[in-house]
Amino acid sequence: MKHLTEETLVLHYYGDADEDAAVEQHCAECEACRALYHSIERALGGLEKWSVPERGAAYGAEVWKRLQPALPARSRVPIPAVSWRWAVASLALAAMLVLAFLAGRSYPPGSGPAPTVAKNTLRERVLLVALSDYLERSQRMLTELANAGAAGPYDISFEQGRAADLLDESRLYRQTAARTGDDVVAGVLDELERVLLEIAHGPSRISPAELEDLRFRLQAEGILFKLRVLSANVRNQDQPAIQHPL
Amino acid sequence: MNSRMEFANGELVAQARSGNADAFRVLVDRHSRGLFRVAFRMTGNEPDAEDVVQESFLRAYRQLGKFDQRASFGTWLYRITVNCALDLVRSRKRRGEPWAADPGAEDPMQTAASGDPTPERLAFSGEVRERVADALNELSAAERAAFVLRHYEGLPIEDVSRVLGCNPGAAKHSVFRAVQKLRRALEPLVSAAK
Ligand SMILES: [Zn+2]
Repeated sequence: MKHLTEETLVLHYYGDADEDAAVEQHCAECEACRALYHSIERALGGLEKWSVPERGAAYGAEVWKRLQPALPARSRVPIPAVSWRWAVASLALAAMLVLAFLAGRSYPPGSGPAPTVAKNTLRERVLLVALSDYLERSQRMLTELANAGAAGPYDISFEQGRAADLLDESRLYRQTAARTGDDVVAGVLDELERVLLEIAHGPSRISPAELEDLRFRLQAEGILFKLRVLSANVRNQDQPAIQHPL
Repeated sequence: MNSRMEFANGELVAQARSGNADAFRVLVDRHSRGLFRVAFRMTGNEPDAEDVVQESFLRAYRQLGKFDQRASFGTWLYRITVNCALDLVRSRKRRGEPWAADPGAEDPMQTAASGDPTPERLAFSGEVRERVADALNELSAAERAAFVLRHYEGLPIEDVSRVLGCNPGAAKHSVFRAVQKLRRALEPLVSAAK
């Protein structure tokens, strides 16, 4: 009997031999080749323990943070003046909004009552309502997506449109929060943005398994929970603020 | 990598090409962990792996225009990453520095913490670990890349050959040569532990 080569047996281990069935047949009948195959299996099994340091779900965001400043600019369609003005106006609005929000929740327990909605100016209340509304809309969109039960391929083009709209808003709020040094708000908005980006730029028809996968991720990353806490905090400015909710 | 992912990747690449940084950000988010795994196994240590990930995305961004939309974006990225890792490794070798992990650095070959001393467990304690690190250093660039991609990343041999830019037969042979060398390094100790 002509024995199998070591190369054939190694390739067979990966299912890459030209005739895997014939190799199997031969090993069943030949003790020498079987022994060689087991020795290959043992060695490769041992190599499985070569572990890679863990990188968490936020790793992609960390890479992006370091990468972004180094990226060469690509030419884009120029932004029309009207939308630029709108952006500045919105940014100013968002800045005031976040400041008002921070003023209302940064009181440690026991240091007296937090500012109440009644004490806030009318303008601040309007701004708070806007952030609260934004957070609730984001939460609602994600919750609906997470709860959508579908037997067949599911069309999410409507949710994609909403995600794209929310994305524009989120960016303004996040940039403002980052500038004013509120890491908690900026952090939640950053996470929210990553999820919205995935949804907005993904395919518009997804299978039940992919929907399940998305649902799992929304829950695993706790983004829905964080949104709930954050929007509750904004809404209940007349209640003592929850400290370190996240 | 399933077809849905590839399809979505293709759309993102098209958008990133036309200047949409957000689209590229999604790609970075999606592929960072996989690239880190490959980079770590190619370089053998964390700081180098981080540098390789960073440099790979930078090169990918600059070369987006050259990406063939019919190809798999994941495979294309792997190719860039493997090349980056090899560039780094080559520059190390020129300076006479070791390729794989510094033996004094954090253990890349994790030992099983407890339990019965089975041959496999013994096989990954001290001496064997060093032997494997030495054996990995002895692999050629193509052998190491082929082994990492086929064994650890589970890439089909056709994709491995695309990453390496060779034919499937040559890719198979590289995998075999890598396994042969690693097994020779391990075998005496596995047998002794029995
Ligand atoms: Zn035989």
